[in-house]
Amino acid sequence: MQNEFYPLFYAFNFYLFGLIALVSAIVFVTRKSPVAAALWLVLVMFALAALYVMLDAQFVGVMQVLVYAGAIMVVFLFVVMLLNLGQPSELHDIRGRLGRIAAGLIGLALVAELLALSRTALDVRLELPAAASADVVRGTAGIIGPVAAPLFTQYLLAFELTSVLLLVAIIGAVVLAKKRSA
Amino acid sequence: MLAESLTLSAALFTIGVVGVLTRRNAIIVFMCVELMLNAVNLSFVALSRLYGATGQVFVIFVMTVAAAEAAVGLAIIISIFRHTKSVNLQDINLLRG
Repeated sequence: MQNEFYPLFYAFNFYLFGLIALVSAIVFVTRKSPVAAALWLVLVMFALAALYVMLDAQFVGVMQVLVYAGAIMVVFLFVVMLLNLGQPSELHDIRGRLGRIAAGLIGLALVAELLALSRTALDVRLELPAAASADVVRGTAGIIGPVAAPLFTQYLLAFELTSVLLLVAIIGAVVLAKKRSA
Repeated sequence: MLAESLTLSAALFTIGVVGVLTRRNAIIVFMCVELMLNAVNLSFVALSRLYGATGQVFVIFVMTVAAAEAAVGLAIIISIFRHTKSVNLQDINLLRG
């Protein structure tokens, strides 16, 4: 199964999908039209789903495609359609020079901070050999078992509370978006 | 691949923050928030390779909250659009003194 080219192939695909995610995220932020931006964001989410699969989180990858790319982005596009906002030229979208400079500075500070953090906080102990860590996740319980076990034992209360959260969100969305009769 | 994943996660999060700060279209600002949630999910998944599958459980929770947030937030945007006929954040200034 594992031949000598596997690590090279893995690394190539990992960098490929990482690059796709990064480039389409940058394109997404710079688009004027909301529809184009939403479609580029869908591409980011597909690339991230591929990365999840490569990081041994196949179930999360499937959920990413189903929930994010399939459901949430469709809701965004539906709202764009409902409000008829497809024309990009209608509003001057990007903030003025002061806002852009402030955002650039904050962005640079954030990226420097996060990069420094990911360089320093990761000591050598974290860099396990890839095969060993993959075996931990794969195990014998298959793909969904290791995710389901803590979800339905240790985090059962949180899991039940998310159902209440979803109910509240449904009711809130209906109440907010409903046309006032008066 | 852990360091690369965390770096990509940081970069995506920063792109999301810059988008929230620079765009005026409320829907695009909202999508930037989704991008930030995705970036956090990526670091959860990358670290779950080392610390067991609990990270993936948290990713599922984050997705649930993101779905709820998208539903309520877009309903708020629709409601604001009915009121002001615009989704430009510059036009939504009722609280400005």
